Amino acid sequence: MSTRTFWGFERSDGQVGIRNHVLVVSTISCANHVVEKIALKTDTIPIVHDTGCLQFGEDRSMTERCVFGIGQNPNVGAVLFVGLGCEQTPTRNIAASITGKPARHLFIQESGGTTQAIKNGCAIVEELKAAIAGQERKPFELARLSVAVKCGGSDFTTAIASNPAVGVAADLLVAEGGAVFLTETTGFPGSEHLLAKRAINRDVARQIYEIVDFYRREMKDHFGRSPSDGNPAPGNLAGGITTLVEKSYGTIMKGGTTPIQGVLKFGEDVFGKKGLWIMDTPGHDVFSVSGPAAGGCHLDWFTTGRGSPLGNAVMPVVKICGNPHTYTRMEENMDINAGLIMTGAKSLEEIGREIFDMTIRVAGGEQTKAELLEHREFAIPRIGSTL
Amino acid sequence: MAKYLIMSPADNVAVALVHFQPGDVLEGPAGPITIVDEIPVGHKVALQEIPEGSYVVKYGHEIGRATRLIPAGAHAHVQNIYDITEEVYLAERRKLGL
Repeated sequence: MSTRTFWGFERSDGQVGIRNHVLVVSTISCANHVVEKIALKTDTIPIVHDTGCLQFGEDRSMTERCVFGIGQNPNVGAVLFVGLGCEQTPTRNIAASITGKPARHLFIQESGGTTQAIKNGCAIVEELKAAIAGQERKPFELARLSVAVKCGGSDFTTAIASNPAVGVAADLLVAEGGAVFLTETTGFPGSEHLLAKRAINRDVARQIYEIVDFYRREMKDHFGRSPSDGNPAPGNLAGGITTLVEKSYGTIMKGGTTPIQGVLKFGEDVFGKKGLWIMDTPGHDVFSVSGPAAGGCHLDWFTTGRGSPLGNAVMPVVKICGNPHTYTRMEENMDINAGLIMTGAKSLEEIGREIFDMTIRVAGGEQTKAELLEHREFAIPRIGSTL
Repeated sequence: MAKYLIMSPADNVAVALVHFQPGDVLEGPAGPITIVDEIPVGHKVALQEIPEGSYVVKYGHEIGRATRLIPAGAHAHVQNIYDITEEVYLAERRKLGL
């Protein structure tokens, strides 16, 4: 373990954040407009989504977990929850359950409509800003960092350049005592046995099979398809990928090579977790970055080849591009040029270390390209129908 | 400048970083290999002779089985590799009793 540190914000509940965002969170899609207006007027970050009412079972739990979780993310310094007043999501309880930072709530119905709710919201946000003004960064061990990994807008370079380089960085962070969260279950079929072999025990191995089985069943029951139908896709074959296990291994290797400690639900709390974990998320890019954000991850390593501009509302997203041509064409969106592996100019280990070093700088406040461009994506997935 | 990548020391294929033509020479880890097929960037080239029926290994894992002998320097792809994903996955699963 090294003596390297990052500069973060200490929360009163023991968590450490790498940003000090003020967040305005909609607890029900009916409040989205008011949330957007408050955030625009106060230069804060809005969280809007399409859920919050008429949900049941795990759908309802997931919405509540994510609305609460995005406010509880340690990168958030203060949070205002905005509800309509008659929504299913328990706005008041969620605000009261937030720890380590100021949290408030307001209802549009109680405020007397849109205009007054926006006015009240802006006043609350100014109070929140004042409450956290003057908070300063302090040095913390790298072991306190939680990083999620994801690939999107992939091409043939993802599996041979950017993902293996991120795997190197993941192993470095785990060696420091930190935590890495491998997302996008839809990328696992064909390699679930390789993940299961690395599980710390039989129970975790079983959970890995279970989340992939769920996905296999959904494909079959709803669409009559299997993950191996037409997969590897024609684009994969043209790029040199021959078999499904080869394709999916190229996906999962961004998690590195360390033992898998457990499987978390979408948006489940990551606080205190160490080592490599799996978070069960959809493959869809915005969703698979939102899950770890709602779980409390600090930062996301996002690899791309064709080029993705995505960021996240509360986590800095470090964009690692494996295709040298894409890097040149979309440089304003890219943080790390893993295309140098493809041109033979740098090794996987060198780029892996670059990602790791940049992560420490970003944790200390350096802005990623997605942050500079104000990419603030967030979404909550659904399992059942919209009722 | 590297012209190929070997993803794991156990691999019997490398990934081309340049477009190889027949007759090109690849400086392999165990000596020079004469390329026998055209190999596009990102595609696999056999680092050694892979006998029919034996595993093609990339990332240190079996990713397929050779449907015929793949000579060193040959293009290793759908024309000479059979997808073994399902059989390996099911065998590993049975081993765990799951």
